[in-house]
Amino acid sequence: MGAKIKLIEYYLPERILTNEELEKVYPEWSASKLEKKVGIKQRHIAGPNETSLDLAANAATKLLEKEDKSLIDFVLFCTQSPEYLLPTSACLLQAKLGLRTEIGALDFNLGCSGYIYGLAIAKGMINAGLCKNVLLVTGETYSKFIAEDDISNRSIFGDAGTATIVTYSDEDMLGEFVFGTDGNGAENLIVKELSARNSYILPNNGRPTLYMNGPEIFNFTIETIPPLLQKVIAKNKLQVTDINYFILHQANKYILEFLISEMCLDISKCHIDMLNYGNTVSNTIPIALKDSLEQGRIKEGDKVLLAGFGVGYSWGSTIINI
Amino acid sequence: MQGRIDMIDNFIALLANALEKKPSTIAMNDEFRNYKEWDSLAVLAVIAMIKQNFNITIPRKDFDELKTVSDLFEYIQAHR
Repeated sequence: MGAKIKLIEYYLPERILTNEELEKVYPEWSASKLEKKVGIKQRHIAGPNETSLDLAANAATKLLEKEDKSLIDFVLFCTQSPEYLLPTSACLLQAKLGLRTEIGALDFNLGCSGYIYGLAIAKGMINAGLCKNVLLVTGETYSKFIAEDDISNRSIFGDAGTATIVTYSDEDMLGEFVFGTDGNGAENLIVKELSARNSYILPNNGRPTLYMNGPEIFNFTIETIPPLLQKVIAKNKLQVTDINYFILHQANKYILEFLISEMCLDISKCHIDMLNYGNTVSNTIPIALKDSLEQGRIKEGDKVLLAGFGVGYSWGSTIINI
Repeated sequence: MQGRIDMIDNFIALLANALEKKPSTIAMNDEFRNYKEWDSLAVLAVIAMIKQNFNITIPRKDFDELKTVSDLFEYIQAHR
């Protein structure tokens, strides 16, 4: 018994925010500088009435055009912007997609590491014989948490939804996982408003607001990721040269290039492509996987290292066989 | 052993490269946050430069207390 990724689809909201638009508001941030340094040219932004659940549902709908939806027997929904505090968004998704009622569904709240954790949960449940076809969905709309005048975060984050089917297979195509958690970093990437801790009170401008301590997140990443990659390669009993392709969470080009240089990786084997999406949080890895497969950057038989890291702090990595 | 003046010159060259400035426009007494090149990306560039060249990770709270180019240089000397 084992598990494999069978299908991936993603959905990007229609509205596009370009560097040129940002430059009009903040003339000191030139569009070309943004593209060169951060590696982002545009990002998709959810509409006023479009939620993470909608983005996730749109991605799942695309996917279910290719797959018999009666086969789905579990739904995992990774989001930090759920439809409501309660009920569970995955339950709403079950109804929205018209899935069977004899299935399990749950949300889990993770950001940039979320897809790795979703794959791990799906693999664990499949290998335990609890289910056979997991619909793993990610949806995120950080744009709704970002203040108008917060140029740093507006330039980086984009919204998206993805859907993946993880299915049983004779051979385990999802390798060993390594996880990491350090809640001491919680304050460095946080939305504090509308929380139990703050008595569900909203600030004066009436919106929960994302706070990111960029330099500390950068420090966390450069300290944590090189050893994470070493551990996951060792745990899978491989050498770094056995890895055909590296897909790290697409945070921004600047940090990815720094990590690649620190770890002396072959840059031609590393995915750096957030040009048209920005940092879409838990969506970046499935988007990168789908694009890489379609563009022929990875092919059957390849070993691909996936690593997610960020808000929490939370991080995780695995190596998959294509 | 590298002389102090060489070390300062070397550091200014690295900082200039990180900030995409000419080394001749950087003086030890300058408050680096006043440079027109200074923005949130410049912060990362300087932190990355110090990590890459001196293997020092500067915590944000320490970094916020450093004001001048000289402060940065002395911080590195104290933590090498």
